[in-house]
Amino acid sequence: MKSHINVRNVVVALVALGLLLLPLYSAVTGNIFILTLFTRIVIFALAAASLNLIMGYGGMMSFGHAAYLGIGGYAVGILAYEGIGSGFIQWPVALAASALYALVIGALSLRTRGVYFIMITLAFAQMAYYIASGLSRYGGDDGLTIYKRSTFGGLIDLSNRVQFYYLCLFCLFGGVYLIWRIINSRFGMVVRGVRSNEQRMQAIGFHANRYRLVCFVISGTICGLAGALLANNTDFISPAGMYWTRSGELMVMVVFGGMGSLFGPVLGTIVFLLLEEVLSQFTEYWALIMGPLLLLIVLFARGGIMGVLGRFSRG
Amino acid sequence: MVDSSGDPLLRVENLVRSFGGIKATDNLSLDILPGELHAIIGPNGAGKTTLISQLTGQLMPNSGAVHFAGRDVTRLPSYQRSRLGLARSFQITSLLPDFTAADNVALAAQAHDGHSFRFWGAARKEKHLRDAAQAALARVGLAQRGDVPVSELSHGEQRELELAVALATKPQLLLLDEPMAGLGVTESARMVALLKELRKEVTIVLVEHDMEAVFALADRITVLVYGRVIASGDPDAIRNNEEVKRAYLGEQHAVTSHG
Repeated sequence: MKSHINVRNVVVALVALGLLLLPLYSAVTGNIFILTLFTRIVIFALAAASLNLIMGYGGMMSFGHAAYLGIGGYAVGILAYEGIGSGFIQWPVALAASALYALVIGALSLRTRGVYFIMITLAFAQMAYYIASGLSRYGGDDGLTIYKRSTFGGLIDLSNRVQFYYLCLFCLFGGVYLIWRIINSRFGMVVRGVRSNEQRMQAIGFHANRYRLVCFVISGTICGLAGALLANNTDFISPAGMYWTRSGELMVMVVFGGMGSLFGPVLGTIVFLLLEEVLSQFTEYWALIMGPLLLLIVLFARGGIMGVLGRFSRG
Repeated sequence: MVDSSGDPLLRVENLVRSFGGIKATDNLSLDILPGELHAIIGPNGAGKTTLISQLTGQLMPNSGAVHFAGRDVTRLPSYQRSRLGLARSFQITSLLPDFTAADNVALAAQAHDGHSFRFWGAARKEKHLRDAAQAALARVGLAQRGDVPVSELSHGEQRELELAVALATKPQLLLLDEPMAGLGVTESARMVALLKELRKEVTIVLVEHDMEAVFALADRITVLVYGRVIASGDPDAIRNNEEVKRAYLGEQHAVTSHG
């Protein structure tokens, strides 16, 4: 048996523990900002993890993942605006809308491969962006303020920072656990096999695209959940949240952390958003530093952070 | 062993496939009988792999028909043909490089064990899939190599694994596209011995350049040149066929002397 105690797993365990104890630290030090920052990080980590499911395990380079953040968010925002404040309605609608969008986009996009797939997912996400911009009733370009966060019949209060943080963290850990089960299941083996050699998988009897499509829908649905969380976090939705640069950022988070590693996107998101936070305090040209950093990772650490940690593990 | 009285297992009728102006398959007809080992030979560029790809559905013909086990499969995609019991190995090794040898075979078994929309249980812990994989690996002599990633297997082992993957789909008809390609002398001999065992259980179409192997194994041989069948018959008939000798000009000595 291989030992489970190695650098990589220790780092992952420490990070998970740190995320769990963060509200405690925030309460002791009175640092509220860090809790706000990490709520955002945890939500984006969920989105990145969902992208990793199709990108890292399924080999589907979706350049339109921000669309789900937008759709999940708009589902919450629009329902809130129309007077339906219950999360028991808002959230299932957010998930269903994301799943439906993924189903339609996936069915069309998965006819293509490679660069064309990247371009077509990008094009659909931009379409969603312009549609949102056209929703004049819901603020159009300017977006829509959400005056009241989703309610869950007194079960949990999303306006309470700590409770909301733990809800987001629960969703993240739950999402990562779900993805872990999926990638090791029969279904996951097929999806990963198709990534490895599609022709071979067809030849042994798998209808590759059917499995790809279901994987695409699962990923989009999880990201839709992140969208619902994000809308509650910012109390605001706008088309800008689904612009293509946001999709690009999600891809960068995944690549930072390590494509096709379970916890990699979480680490990638933490590093990316912390760097953005820190660097933007020094200069507004923080992207000038982030860009070359990404370049270095792609050139010299192809497995991202998890890849580097893995190298230590093998020591 | 060969059942020549009944219907053919595979019937190819007037198959045509062109690439641009070149007819890679030119009005080709062929019967494969249940239980036989049928070799397809021909010079480079004769259209052997193109033919195999049309039989398994990776490539669609322009016209003509393919019947398998009494069913018209001409337009069926490859995954459906696989379900019917058609399996192939690839001339250029085509495996899942990111997985272990056992994973490769277990996935083939999984493909023929109901649908795979199961999202929760760990596939690697399904005993009957692992057992099926282990059995197929043992058949080809890779029993000890199951946990080795494909990328770390030797070329010869990868060729054997190709065969194990095909076997794990429990095929009625095995289409082998140059299983000896790139093998050394001892590896080739092992592969021939293996095919001699397999032919007892499954009908085999063998595309192969190694004439020694072909004449040692085949019940019948079909010779392709420029996408057409120029001769078909038992090894002796092919050996003495004038047109085959002409087609193989450079290789004719190989055909006549090694047999």
